[in-house]
Amino acid sequence: MSDSTITATPPEKTGKREQKAKKPASLWSDAWYDLRRNKVFLIGAGLVAVLVVMAVFPGLFSPIDAYNPATCDLSRARQGITGEHWFGSDNLGCDTYSRVIYGARISIIVGIAATLATSLVGGALGLVAGFYGRWVDVIMSRIAEIFFAIPSILGALLILAVIGRDNAGIGSVVLALSVLAWPLVLRIMRAAVITTKNQDFVVAARALGAGPGRIMLRHVLPNALAPVIVVTTMNLGLFIAAEAALSFLGVGIQSPDISWGLMIADARNRFLEAWEPLLFPALFLSITVLAFVMLGDAVRDALDPKLR
Amino acid sequence: MGRYVVRRLLQAIPVLLGTTFLIFAIVYALPGDPLQALAGDRRVDPVFAQTMREMFHLNEPLLVRYWYYVRDIFSGDFGMTFRGLPVSTIFEGKFQVTLNLAMTALLIEAVVGIGLGLIAALRRGSWADTGVLAFTLLLVSIPTLVSGFVLQLVLGVQLKLSTGIDFFPVAGLRDGWRSYLVPGIVLAGTSIAYLTRLTRTSLMETLRADYVRTAIAKGMPRRRVLGRHALRNSLIPLVTYLGADLGTLMGGAVITETIFNMDGIGRQLFQSVYLRENSVVVGIVTVLVLVYILANLIVDLLYAVLDPRIRYE
Repeated sequence: MSDSTITATPPEKTGKREQKAKKPASLWSDAWYDLRRNKVFLIGAGLVAVLVVMAVFPGLFSPIDAYNPATCDLSRARQGITGEHWFGSDNLGCDTYSRVIYGARISIIVGIAATLATSLVGGALGLVAGFYGRWVDVIMSRIAEIFFAIPSILGALLILAVIGRDNAGIGSVVLALSVLAWPLVLRIMRAAVITTKNQDFVVAARALGAGPGRIMLRHVLPNALAPVIVVTTMNLGLFIAAEAALSFLGVGIQSPDISWGLMIADARNRFLEAWEPLLFPALFLSITVLAFVMLGDAVRDALDPKLR
Repeated sequence: MGRYVVRRLLQAIPVLLGTTFLIFAIVYALPGDPLQALAGDRRVDPVFAQTMREMFHLNEPLLVRYWYYVRDIFSGDFGMTFRGLPVSTIFEGKFQVTLNLAMTALLIEAVVGIGLGLIAALRRGSWADTGVLAFTLLLVSIPTLVSGFVLQLVLGVQLKLSTGIDFFPVAGLRDGWRSYLVPGIVLAGTSIAYLTRLTRTSLMETLRADYVRTAIAKGMPRRRVLGRHALRNSLIPLVTYLGADLGTLMGGAVITETIFNMDGIGRQLFQSVYLRENSVVVGIVTVLVLVYILANLIVDLLYAVLDPRIRYE
């Protein structure tokens, strides 16, 4: 019985595969086929899914509302791991577990917002610069080069120091990170557009009388998108790490907002008495960054046939 | 090559001007009166305000003020702190600390990164290769913020308490070169991962090249093929990466120095941000950005020297 099922399955599978191969497989369907079978992608995607749910509905994971100061008990500060406080309690006696859960929201928001902002700005400018070339390209590439010459953590630190701690928050952190990161997207988009725009199908579209806008959006953009997606996915994780670093340095997210970087900074001075309030947010930060980096790595393997 | 050097130097000028202008614009072009900010809620004494405005050229148009700023930078004057000390005095001694730290990190990065990359490239597809790749993935994902505190706790405290080994100082600078060891590892972390991957791809590409196949075919010992032909040619992108990374590491030292309490310019930057001394912040960021740009410039010039195949028009 079991033997027959085993012998029966493989031909069916190959049959499906052949059917698939008959259809002209696009880069995207090919990549999706690869991704579904890639363990790195599945683990990364699973972690990201959990983190996103955690960011949207923190109440599902934690019975304590970390934003309610009444849940903190100063007399129970730094008590270590107990049945009530799984990850210990911090300097103010707040539950570290619930704070770590609630901290996911800001990290995810900053990561996604900064990624969207840099992709839209850098992508649009890169598309235009690569497509039109000549002086448009020269001007945009030079401007990008100027922004590119500033290391992003330093530049963001400078911008946030000027904005001031009183006005700092999610918006200013996203702004500071995006202002310095868009040139990277521009460069990659530009290079991809330049290789795409001289291909036969673009020439054909032009011969059929398509205008520049239509050619750019319908023919060039979809075919130049792959490298941009790879870089932006990886960057998402790095944005999250940068947010934590800036919050740690005191210029990013400010309390009472909850951010992992801020929690690390708060726990720092009493680190040797109680390691829990420092290392648990650090662990979650690393896992989050890891999840997005894994995702980006897998997407790159799937989209870049050269690396196979 | 002489023409290339000149052209590359000339190209660096607009970038330098543009970058300094960007920093300047970020800091000084924002709305708000800096003197009022200095005074808080109190009324600013008009005579004092007048003197200060003239002293710091606050009444001049933006471009004129930018001109003063650039002129001051290139004559080594990075402005004054609010206490009236020149910002440049802050760099004394501290710059050396940051440079030492960045060099330590660079050394660790080069040894570990190239070593791991070699192993992975030579045993392509084996468990060692997979292991190295997984390790780099992990290394990229652990922010300095996390690795710094973990190593401080494990090497500095737990190791000392459990075994009595006190080899890894994890705070301050009292132990000479050993003080830079753990912070160097932490600072090098992410860069090690990138260098390992770069070494792996670069070496794998060279190993596929025709001249390597020819060398093997004519019966040259493998070790010699690797050292003479493959490694030497794959080193070029690695050296350029390492050179450019020095600037990045110096910029990244802010967090490492803060965690390990090292008295370098990174920690000074952190303190100045806290004390809201924007003039110091601008001075330090300007210097670090200049170091970054110069490091990239030198690397670009080195590239032409290292690789005679590249002939620049």
